[in-house]
Amino acid sequence: MSNDQPLSGTSGSMLEETLKEQATQLKILLDSGDMTGAMSLIADMNQTRDDTLYQEVGKLTRSLHEAIRNFQIDTSRTTGDDDLSKIEDATDRLSYVVDLTNKAANKTLDLVEDTMPMASEIRDEANTFKKEWERLRRKEMKPAEFRALAPRMDAFLAQLGTDSDKVYKNLSDILLAQDFQDLTGQVIQRVTGLVKEVEENLVNLVKMAGKVDQITGTVYVAEQKQADIAGEGPQMKTEQREDVVSGQDDVDDLLSSLGF
Amino acid sequence: MNKDMKILVVDDFSTMRRIIKNLLRDLGFTNTDEADDGNSALPMLQSGKYDFLITDWNMPGMTGIDLLRNVRSDENLKTLPVLMVTAEAKRDQIVAAAQAGVNGYVVKPFTAAVLKEKIEKIFERIDS
Repeated sequence: MSNDQPLSGTSGSMLEETLKEQATQLKILLDSGDMTGAMSLIADMNQTRDDTLYQEVGKLTRSLHEAIRNFQIDTSRTTGDDDLSKIEDATDRLSYVVDLTNKAANKTLDLVEDTMPMASEIRDEANTFKKEWERLRRKEMKPAEFRALAPRMDAFLAQLGTDSDKVYKNLSDILLAQDFQDLTGQVIQRVTGLVKEVEENLVNLVKMAGKVDQITGTVYVAEQKQADIAGEGPQMKTEQREDVVSGQDDVDDLLSSLGF
Repeated sequence: MNKDMKILVVDDFSTMRRIIKNLLRDLGFTNTDEADDGNSALPMLQSGKYDFLITDWNMPGMTGIDLLRNVRSDENLKTLPVLMVTAEAKRDQIVAAAQAGVNGYVVKPFTAAVLKEKIEKIFERIDS
């Protein structure tokens, strides 16, 4: 919002002043028995209130329009790709983040699932050869056994070379798959900026609306908050919050206090 | 603990299902199936003779807590061991899961060691 005029400003205090003056006058009129004068003054007071109300509603409407214009929200909802609203743009950007992180996670998982069996095979083969090697060193191996072992050893060493190259390549691909962090980081920072901007605008609108509520005498009853167990996803600043556990140890403590 | 037991892994994110399945395989459990929310999991459980259920909480369709409640109110499934693996970390939620009859609760992000420990604890208690 560009018009940063004070919200608790002039119209409110002017209204108060005028009403005070009119109230004093009303008392005088009533005391002197001038009913016609008193009634016309009450009408005036209503008029004063209404005028201020219209002014405030006018301001609120203007600010609302400006906020909408600011975020390029198209209220007529013509869906053209070329002029996305900032909110639509942010939504697109976040979908891009979801897409990119999803791809990176899947690519990493593919490579890990490809590599793990290789590591298991190498370990198993190495364990077999370790036993054979020990037998050889203890001179327990017969020449025929050694002749059978030699080509297996050759094959294992060759395979080890190929597998190591594959493991190295997979790890290097996993490394590269982390490049999403840079891109998503930039996108998320932009969207965070927009969210802050939206919040500031909303706070201003709420303040203005509060002004209107004051004049119309509208009072909202705060809703009683119920214990809500609907899913919310990860919690932030868990160390500073009482209603949230800060890790598995906390969960375990809570469950054991419940008799688990 | 029977390493051949049939396990259903329920999470709306395929990457998380893959991670859990990989960790389970490392622990020696290879008989695993997947579902992406409670609505697809429940009929599988009802017809599939599963020995263990690992479920997320926050999912579209049927959530994990509702799946748990459905399992506990089903005559054939009510004794099925259920481990919740979720990012939901509010005390009220953990208490609600306990009251609904969960057998274990793991908060994300978690480690392979924690998953192993909780699974072992669940079956120790059942076998004893």
